[in-house]
Amino acid sequence: MEFLGHLALGFATALSPMNLLLAFIGCLVGTLIGVLPGVGPIATIAMLMPLTLKVDPTGALIMLAGIYYGAQYGGSTTAILLNIPGEVTAVVTAIDGHEMAKKGQAGTALGIAALGSFLAGTVATLVIAAIGAPLTKLALLFGPAEYFGLMVFGLGLAIVLARGSVLKAVIMVVLGLLLATVGTDLETGQDRLTLGIAELSDGVDFAVLAMGVFGIAEILRNLEHPESRDVAVSKIGRLLPSLGDLRRSLGPIVRGTGIGSVLGILPGNGAVLGPFASYALEKKLAKDPSRFGRGAIEGVAGPESANNAGAQTSFIPLLTLGIPPNAVMALMVGAMTIHGLIPGPQVMLKHPTLFWGMIASMWIGNLFLLIINLPLIGLWVRLLKVPYRLMFTTILLFCAIGIYSINNNPYDVYFTAFFGLAGYLFIKLGLEPAPMLLGFVLGRLMEEKLRQALALSEGSFLTFVERPVAAGLLVLAAAVMVIAVLPAVSRSRAKAFQE
Amino acid sequence: MKHVVASLVLSLFSGIAAAQAYPTRPVTLIVPFAAGGPTDIIARITGEYYSKTLGQQFVVENVAGAGGTTGITRGAQAKPDGYTIMMGHMGTHGAAPALYANLKYDPVKDFQPIGLVAGTPILIVARKDFPAANLKEFVAKLKDPAAKVKQAHAGVGSVSFTTCTLLTSQLGVKNIVAAYRGTGPALNDLIGGQVDYMCDQIVNLVEQVKGGSIKAYAISIP
Repeated sequence: MEFLGHLALGFATALSPMNLLLAFIGCLVGTLIGVLPGVGPIATIAMLMPLTLKVDPTGALIMLAGIYYGAQYGGSTTAILLNIPGEVTAVVTAIDGHEMAKKGQAGTALGIAALGSFLAGTVATLVIAAIGAPLTKLALLFGPAEYFGLMVFGLGLAIVLARGSVLKAVIMVVLGLLLATVGTDLETGQDRLTLGIAELSDGVDFAVLAMGVFGIAEILRNLEHPESRDVAVSKIGRLLPSLGDLRRSLGPIVRGTGIGSVLGILPGNGAVLGPFASYALEKKLAKDPSRFGRGAIEGVAGPESANNAGAQTSFIPLLTLGIPPNAVMALMVGAMTIHGLIPGPQVMLKHPTLFWGMIASMWIGNLFLLIINLPLIGLWVRLLKVPYRLMFTTILLFCAIGIYSINNNPYDVYFTAFFGLAGYLFIKLGLEPAPMLLGFVLGRLMEEKLRQALALSEGSFLTFVERPVAAGLLVLAAAVMVIAVLPAVSRSRAKAFQE
Repeated sequence: MKHVVASLVLSLFSGIAAAQAYPTRPVTLIVPFAAGGPTDIIARITGEYYSKTLGQQFVVENVAGAGGTTGITRGAQAKPDGYTIMMGHMGTHGAAPALYANLKYDPVKDFQPIGLVAGTPILIVARKDFPAANLKEFVAKLKDPAAKVKQAHAGVGSVSFTTCTLLTSQLGVKNIVAAYRGTGPALNDLIGGQVDYMCDQIVNLVEQVKGGSIKAYAISIP
């Protein structure tokens, strides 16, 4: 078994006292900064990258990876406690996680998120060590046409995510798709739908949109009924998941890990689909799907595991191809380059201690996260007892700082305020923001991939039929949408007949 | 071909007086691109040495957006006292006036150049099994309409785009062009064989060429 030798080399590197300390510092600092509302992994790594310049490359990357996991986990914490997802993958966690927090189960939600993440991280580490390199070849089979198929499949999931009316979910998805078209046109470089505002030429930032429609809107709603909110969070409940919770979460964790690991390998930022796919699957498998959206623990356990597994396997395209699949990985490339290492297919051969040391440190980092976070859960949950008049002002302040720190751009703060008002309007109209965010995330990729596929096929739509993987994904997408829509249609017809 | 220049905001009056003691407090070095990109890396590495040599901290501030013009605009509007400097390059000071109709700065009048920091050559690269062994055969392929050669680029206005556009316009050929957002996704499809060739800065491609997952035909000398 070659990979056992590699793992041994990796652990020998990662377990050196210095690297252990760096991994611990990375996880701790990442958690503490990531837990500030509005500060996600990208902002955290960008802010803290200079800290790692003084350390040797292996140690620096181990610390950065720790910051990444820590910030990612910290983002889930704010999603659960405050309904503020710091990044795309935490959007799903916010749906049921925050409902659990409102019911006084914040500790359980945070606990299951930590445990699920740890299990997923362990499996993903083994996946990377064992079959990371061969899997890269699979990822390369994915051209623009295949990604387009995958994104359409993702949109099908948006409908499954809906808590209530399918029609309203479709409206929100379309709104998300439209928001994604704001910015510079891919092929011509012309501004589209920017209303002449130069700051919109790069499009709407995800964090700006998410912070607005989730975080700020939530604050506005809470301010409307401050009394009911205080009652809701005053009962804290147990801090750790019970045995029954664990039993119910095991299946979702295993399935979420599988989904997340596979999607994370795709270099075209497939990892964002992981939590959404996991949530949709769990909702479909559940005996009583109506619990989802009202604080179902499976809706936290599955997506959180998928999220963490994907976060780790998304290192595969970076380490084996030298291609960063997302913004966080692009920062890692920068960090590696500053240390004189250019990521590419040769990192594994030329720097085996760095490569395997980093992979081993992923597992160690996950263990540290568990150790750091389980005791902290009590502290985070107690934060909810802070009087709301103090809390919401602090949240607003940190949101503004966090948003500003992403691009050092004051306009982003104004846009966030605007989306906050829009989000409040959505709440009043009974529209859910999660499908909109999925549409927004997928929209940009989908348009890009569609246009690339058509450019390469010289305008022939047959490319989506002739390529088997693309055709298969589109059929799957159609099937998901039919399955998702049919029960709703038959229900409404049944209702119509009753009347 | 792509020059990275550090540009200093024009300081007509304060410049000379301050020259004796400069810098007496930390200097902001605006990088008009996201952290981790090639320009940011150059700024951070050289910034370390500015700090050591001049005895004051040079703080890198990433102000990304609109092809680097957001950050340069911010710098152009800063107080011209030498405590706000920028890392500009061919894109922000050469291509931007042609690409952005409402550019809020004049690349020549609004800045005082400090020095040339680095030059990055451009490579022309193809997928590893592209049926052309050298530049001559590659050009012959480009000129053959039946070959239907597919080009990828990293976005309109990027170095990747302008270089390959220069190449095809000089040769007077038109090939199939697919636009990507950034070098990463374009390179991914080149390695995967979805497209045939692309042009980009050497730093983005060198490891893949060395590793044999793509092959290079030509290099530009800066």
